[in-house]
Amino acid sequence: MKYIDEFRDGAVARTLSAKIAAQLQPARHYSFMEFCGGHTHAISRYGLSDLLPSNLRMVHGPGCPVCVLPIGRIDMAIGLALDHGVILCTYADTLRVPASGGLSLMKARARGGDVRMVYATQDALHIARSNPGREVVFFAIGFETTTPATALAVLTAQREGLTNFSVLCCHVLTPPAMQQILASPELQSGGVQIDGFVGPAHVSTVIGSEPYQVFARQFHKPVVIAGFEPLDVLQAVWMLVRQVNDGRAEVENEFSRAVEPQGNHKAQACMAEVFALRDSFEWRGLGVLAHSALKIRETYAALDAERRFQLEYQPVPDHKACECAAVLRGVRRPQDCAIFGNVCTPDNPVGSCMVSSEGACAAHYSYGRHQEGVA
Amino acid sequence: MSGIKPGYARALDLKHGQVDLTHGAGARAMVQLIAQLFARHLANDYLGQGNDGAVLPAPMLNGQPARLVMATDGHVVSPLFFPGGDIGSLSVHGTINDLAVMGATPLYLAAGFILEEGLPLADLDRIVQSMAQAARLARMPVVTGDTKVVERGKGDGVFITTTGVGVLPDGLELGGARARPGDVVLVSGTLGDHGVAIMSQRDNLSFSAPILSDSAALHGLVAQLLASGLDIRCLRDPTRGGLAATLNEIANQSGVGMMLQERAMPIKPVVAAACEFLGLDPLFVANEGKLVVICAAADAALALAALRSHPLGVDAAVIGEVRQDTRCFVQLTTALGGRRMVDWLTGDALPRIC
Repeated sequence: MKYIDEFRDGAVARTLSAKIAAQLQPARHYSFMEFCGGHTHAISRYGLSDLLPSNLRMVHGPGCPVCVLPIGRIDMAIGLALDHGVILCTYADTLRVPASGGLSLMKARARGGDVRMVYATQDALHIARSNPGREVVFFAIGFETTTPATALAVLTAQREGLTNFSVLCCHVLTPPAMQQILASPELQSGGVQIDGFVGPAHVSTVIGSEPYQVFARQFHKPVVIAGFEPLDVLQAVWMLVRQVNDGRAEVENEFSRAVEPQGNHKAQACMAEVFALRDSFEWRGLGVLAHSALKIRETYAALDAERRFQLEYQPVPDHKACECAAVLRGVRRPQDCAIFGNVCTPDNPVGSCMVSSEGACAAHYSYGRHQEGVA
Repeated sequence: MSGIKPGYARALDLKHGQVDLTHGAGARAMVQLIAQLFARHLANDYLGQGNDGAVLPAPMLNGQPARLVMATDGHVVSPLFFPGGDIGSLSVHGTINDLAVMGATPLYLAAGFILEEGLPLADLDRIVQSMAQAARLARMPVVTGDTKVVERGKGDGVFITTTGVGVLPDGLELGGARARPGDVVLVSGTLGDHGVAIMSQRDNLSFSAPILSDSAALHGLVAQLLASGLDIRCLRDPTRGGLAATLNEIANQSGVGMMLQERAMPIKPVVAAACEFLGLDPLFVANEGKLVVICAAADAALALAALRSHPLGVDAAVIGEVRQDTRCFVQLTTALGGRRMVDWLTGDALPRIC
């Protein structure tokens, strides 16, 4: 814990806060997107916006795995539990995401679906080993952070000849999502201002810092890779402000204690062995993006739940009033949505951003609505 | 007892035996279970009469009939045995604490058992023994009870519902609607111990942390606090939903807001570490032996001293203050100096905690 406490030190935070304030040009407005939900959570949980000057705004990005998962993908998982009778293993965050027909995995469970929360892919493997007579499917979601663990589970299952285990692969990739945001019409037209990115922490431990160079070079946006602790975020903001003031657009690494330029070779090799790029994948909020997600390679077809149960992806439109799509692109703030805090709350979420604690809407509702006065 | 020989010859096999459906069927097997297991541990004059209910004397305080407080609590904790306690002692503490935070002195307890077919009698014996010990320590006899058995798969070992009766001194009014702006919020000790202790035992979370549940009866601590004659507005035990749920309840009942200080929260380093690891916030994790106290600001120091002078309150701390806020928001100043809400828990982070 000592190692963590040092990154949550109040005195250091005040010093950093003062350094940021001193650095800002008063007439200028600064706007930075934190790509990851982990950063969104840290900003909200530690009340970091109170430590930032009023002409600096943090824009929440799409890096919340649960938030970008479209309804159709949750429907597939629910179908596996209810129609195919599998034991569906999932990370807790996906349990309450609203799906078609008023269902969620939690509600599917109440209807008799065998949906189990796991903390790790190893737990899902364990469940498969202990239930040889049942089909066990791991609902694999997340960016590059969680992907190596899924790859490892596939390799383990293959090695052990675990024939009742398979994976519903919904892993997505960070760089295409960042690219989509930068190429969005709102940003191109100047309707939305993003001066730079607080770059992913855990994702970057896997992929390294190199993949972000394109954003600095091609889009002239500074990227500072930052850890998920509050002092990491403040330090990264200070580094971004300096880049903007200097007219620089570089990839800098605040999270040097964990991120190497080339990333984690072992993890990358595991991923490359098991997964291939999908031609296209639908994201909530960002639409259908080419080469933005992973599928299981032919070699491991038997472990691919989509093939094994012949699942077809059916796109489902979001709730009409829900602004999750615009929130995920940084175009609107959670509190700008008409149903925020009244129809849509963490207890009765309409959109996915109100579900996970990393979702922009849930974070603002649970931690930040004292600033708005939403009862 | 009559001199007639009981209709069962072989003693209950407490080593290898299991609960079966006959133990709940109203037949001789049930009588045997009650006599050789429940009554053996829980024996007292009321229970010994073996009637359908217990006849109790009307409680008097200072020569006057006293007000009764009644509380009930169902217990479904999984696993049945956990570091620092088990469902037996927990089911006594749970109801005592509900009475204690009302300001009542606990008097009598009733217990209802739902047993699952196949439950080892040895486990049941341990549970009832632990229950008996907790009741004895609190001088709160189990005066009446009930046992039912459900088929295998229809329960999970044992569920216990306890109902308690206590007596409330005249003039003592405690309640969640009595917090006023300017009041001070105290907590009697470290937060989140019970929830993390339970979580460390769940089979899909194989981490072994040296964390004991804080399961304890709080009536002694409450008595000590109330004996100090301070202006206590409200007491509550922050169980499911943790401190956050309890403070939000009080804020809503009283129509006030609260401002807490993150730095002041007593949290064991090992609990903080486990929460960090599991993605939990200790403010939302259940306690089973902690007291939230709201009192007038002028009495805060004395209340703190009173809590700390009791073995269950040595880690007590002042953690915040009550504020005027028609939105009834519970807020927190973070260790970094920012502010945030401490909202209700959403969903259920951890089912079957108590």
